[in-house]
Amino acid sequence: MAKVLSLEVVTPEKVVLKEETTSIVVPATEGYLGVLPNHAPLITGLQPGVILYRQGEERHALCISNGFMEVANNVATILVDTAEKPEEIDVQRAQAAKERAEQRLHERYPGIDVHRAELALNKALARIRAAEYNKHS
Amino acid sequence: MPSVRDIKRRIKSIQNIQQITKAMKMVSASKLRRTQAAAVNSRPYTEKLEEVLGRIVASAGEINHPMLVERPVKNAAIILITGDKGLAGGYNANVQKKALMEAHRLEEQGINVEFIAVGNKGRDYLRRRKKNMSMEISGINDVPTFAEAQRIAKLAVSNFLQGQYDRVLLVYQEFITTVQQRPVVKQLLPIPYAKGGEEKEYLYEPAPQEVLTILLPQYINNTVFHYLTEAKASEHGARMAAMTAATENAEEMLDYLTLSYNRSRQAAITREISEIVGGANALQG
Repeated sequence: MAKVLSLEVVTPEKVVLKEETTSIVVPATEGYLGVLPNHAPLITGLQPGVILYRQGEERHALCISNGFMEVANNVATILVDTAEKPEEIDVQRAQAAKERAEQRLHERYPGIDVHRAELALNKALARIRAAEYNKHS
Repeated sequence: MPSVRDIKRRIKSIQNIQQITKAMKMVSASKLRRTQAAAVNSRPYTEKLEEVLGRIVASAGEINHPMLVERPVKNAAIILITGDKGLAGGYNANVQKKALMEAHRLEEQGINVEFIAVGNKGRDYLRRRKKNMSMEISGINDVPTFAEAQRIAKLAVSNFLQGQYDRVLLVYQEFITTVQQRPVVKQLLPIPYAKGGEEKEYLYEPAPQEVLTILLPQYINNTVFHYLTEAKASEHGARMAAMTAATENAEEMLDYLTLSYNRSRQAAITREISEIVGGANALQG
């Protein structure tokens, strides 16, 4: 059997990515999860974070928000609300969002939505990490 | 008979109107194209989502997720999707009428109905009729974004889960063809689901019930997004048709007015000549 796993990243607005890969790492709800070709059928939830995938020696990153992934027959389909390639990320905006969220979590005024702030922080961190990943590789 | 100058003035004003309707027609056509493209782009996501949902429901055995379970209906919400602007033929009026009919039908069964108005036209309509309106949202983009759909969906879901509504319906204009729309009522919550998909042993990470908790809100968001996009496509289509008709009518009117303009101009000339001839004859005589 071929040692490839095709990766499809789909958002409601468009198909972001459709590539042949050799391995994928995704931020599942229970922690990072690696998927190799010939993986057993799997359905998992995803949290905001960075997807890493390899094409031979090449490595790529993609920033995603909430969603889930289905793996079957060597096809990994990832359905998410939003997905951004590193070159599309506005690092400064992400940095500002991160600081805002951190401040909110730090001060803990009564009435703030802690869950929402945490989510915002996670999203901002994911963006920053994805953007930096691209720089190093 | 109106004077030559009056007719001339009318011709001018109708030409202006025609220019506007023609421009609106063109604008609507291009917006329609963009909205349709968005609808096509969202299709792979929708298909996959439905497929996976069907599979989980099929393999998870007993379903007791609160978003799927029907409960006795005491309070219902109707989300009415209209445009912010008129000049779209029967687009707004038809969908409003449909929503009111549906509300009436529910009220006859002793169910309280609350409205959530999306779009200025529907909001004004409901307000005029003093209907119970709990929320209003306007300024939806010409090509709806997912974030806008999410806002509406979140509202519906949280109120549903808190038990404020036992059923959430959505009334919008279904897009049939560019020039044809039909007002329809769709049930949003509880989710009308169908068991389906090939039976396959899947690993779930985490358990199926928890995956469902992640998946269902996304499903609702996407459903609302889909309906919103379709409603907007219908609006653009309806407006395009209305404006095409208006432009044609203006053309017809212009033809008629030009004819009577020429006629009365000719009449004026004839009159003048006969006056001159009459005058000359009088001098000779």
